[in-house]
Amino acid sequence: MQQSKPRTIIEKVWDSHVVAEQPGAPTLLYIDFHLVHEVTSPQAFAGLRDRGLKVRRPQNTFATVDHSTPTTPKNLPIVDQIAATQVAQMATNAEEFGIPFFGFHNENNGICHVIGPEQGLTQPGMTVVCGDSHTATHGAFGALAFGIGTSEVEMVLATQVLLQRKSKTYQVHVDGSLKPGVAAKDIILALISRIGIGGGTGCVFEFTGSAIRSLSMEERMTVCNMAIEAGARAGMIAPDDTTYQYLAGRRFVPKGADWDAAVARWKQLPSDEGAVYDHSITINADELEPMITFGTNPGQGMAISGNIPDPASISDKLERDSLVKALKYMDLQPGQKLAGHPVNVVFVGSCTNSRISDLRAAASVMKGRKVKDGVRMLVVPGSQQIKRQAQAEGLDKIFTDSGAEWREAGCSMCIAMNGDQLAPGQYSVSTSNRNFEGRQGKGGRTFLASPMTAAASAINGVVTDVRTLMGGK
Amino acid sequence: MKIDSRVVLLPMDNVDTDQIIPARFLKTISKIGLGDQLFNDWRYLADGSPNLDFVLNKAESKGAEILLAGDNFGCGSSREHAPWALTQFGFKAVISTSFADIFKQNSLKNSLLPIVVSRDVHAKLLELRSADQAMKLQIDLASQMLIMPDGESVSFDVDAFSKTCMLEGVDEVGYILKQMPAIEKFEAGRLGGLNTLVWQ
Ligand code: SF4
Repeated sequence: MQQSKPRTIIEKVWDSHVVAEQPGAPTLLYIDFHLVHEVTSPQAFAGLRDRGLKVRRPQNTFATVDHSTPTTPKNLPIVDQIAATQVAQMATNAEEFGIPFFGFHNENNGICHVIGPEQGLTQPGMTVVCGDSHTATHGAFGALAFGIGTSEVEMVLATQVLLQRKSKTYQVHVDGSLKPGVAAKDIILALISRIGIGGGTGCVFEFTGSAIRSLSMEERMTVCNMAIEAGARAGMIAPDDTTYQYLAGRRFVPKGADWDAAVARWKQLPSDEGAVYDHSITINADELEPMITFGTNPGQGMAISGNIPDPASISDKLERDSLVKALKYMDLQPGQKLAGHPVNVVFVGSCTNSRISDLRAAASVMKGRKVKDGVRMLVVPGSQQIKRQAQAEGLDKIFTDSGAEWREAGCSMCIAMNGDQLAPGQYSVSTSNRNFEGRQGKGGRTFLASPMTAAASAINGVVTDVRTLMGGK
Repeated sequence: MKIDSRVVLLPMDNVDTDQIIPARFLKTISKIGLGDQLFNDWRYLADGSPNLDFVLNKAESKGAEILLAGDNFGCGSSREHAPWALTQFGFKAVISTSFADIFKQNSLKNSLLPIVVSRDVHAKLLELRSADQAMKLQIDLASQMLIMPDGESVSFDVDAFSKTCMLEGVDEVGYILKQMPAIEKFEAGRLGGLNTLVWQ
């Protein structure tokens, strides 16, 4: 097809995956890579069995167990029998349908959105899906990656396509450079606090600008991971040399001449000059501070030096009510500062911030310091591979010397399905992506922040601006 | 699909899927029994007894098939357990000013109708329902009409394909399987190969 109109990367990847379009029906969109995990897939496999269908392309499908797996030592059995059944069912389904599987005891096991990129499974220009909303993470590579429900998991397993409608395009332009103590996490928390958790509904973000270009791949994944928290279907970043350097030599990427051909293809992906977006916003990275959330959705966030807003200042009734309800749940007051607020638990982990650079960032703050008495800190690497690398670098020692717990890989306290959870009323500073009521345990209260902010808060036992601990070491 | 039912009022913005069905209930490998866990943490007290202040536990909610919610309903996780829980409880439609994308798709695939209304209509519905607990609404999918107790009717959007699937019980997997030749043709003609991920 001859394309004359300048296109965004979002449109390019979409266009190259259109299998068929029929009037009155959604587009048949081809899916290159399908990640499967234990929680959202059992009913889909049951559906395949009911219909007598096979997995159409097992070689484009990968399975892991991550959500309900314990992060205690691997030689211990899974005590929660319901979780154990679910984990076993994933193994049975992978075996029966011939899907590659990084099972509970596999040396490459980990969180789905961590292992895809780590193994080189996620590549530029691909369509990537998973029965999980944080599939947006893979967009950091210039893939169109989005979460789907279980019916759609079944559809992709059976046919390798999805019925989809095109999303609108939304440019998030981030210029400038981050100040010391400010992280990629703060970029995305700042965006969500500005446009709200429904601000990106119906859209796919493309993150552009000098601040995005200077991020590492791991930082880009943090940014794209939380695109869904602004309601966007996906978040994308055009591939560049940073992307190719990250991917080169990974297990599943093309090799030799195939690699060169792939890179040549990937270089066509970035948005054309003059491409038009349906929406856009600009953020100045120079002005960003470390961010923290105070409420019960990721849009209820502010700079760490800020004050909690007053519901009385909001004119819309339902919006005002929702802030009142959030502050009641969190037991916080309008006008209050969060810096200095006591915390019970600090969690460093999740598909947002459990990669090696996140662990290094937390360790750099913790080195030679102690976690405050009475505070529990969990450090949960995103994959077994990250765990091994951290241990090779001695990061585990820094964490355990300071009094933190060093755990096995998994989702852990991001979703509190595996036994790692807050007690009712407890406060956490967490590097995960959701502060919804009860997300980290029924009655638990979550402040979302970067790994540096989390580590600093563990040291002081109160919400802490990491910049106050920097420099003087 | 015609609905003629009382309305459960949940006038809150941004009700996320973790509230609709908390994650700890997702350890199941079936779809069954989720209706009892719908809105679990709002619906039950710490000792497991019903929280009588929560709307689902009130007499007027019994048998109601329509949920009237606030903006951005169903945000958060992609769990299809959310519409499963809502339909198993007995809901057939949710009315709001907007829905999160994945929740909306998941609902349509489970014959739960997500109806988007304007802010004005939403405000009027809230007002009518607040004044009269027994207020009934009629919803007709075929004509895409929502009829208020005062007779005013409001049309709503629903994508034509989903509408046909719901009205005629078309199975989407079956629909795609019929297009297998197009899929095979696409795979054969794929520029740069199929991106097959191979064990190296
Ligand atoms: S770490 Fe949290 S957000 Fe990420 S996949 Fe696991 S549960 Fe979902």
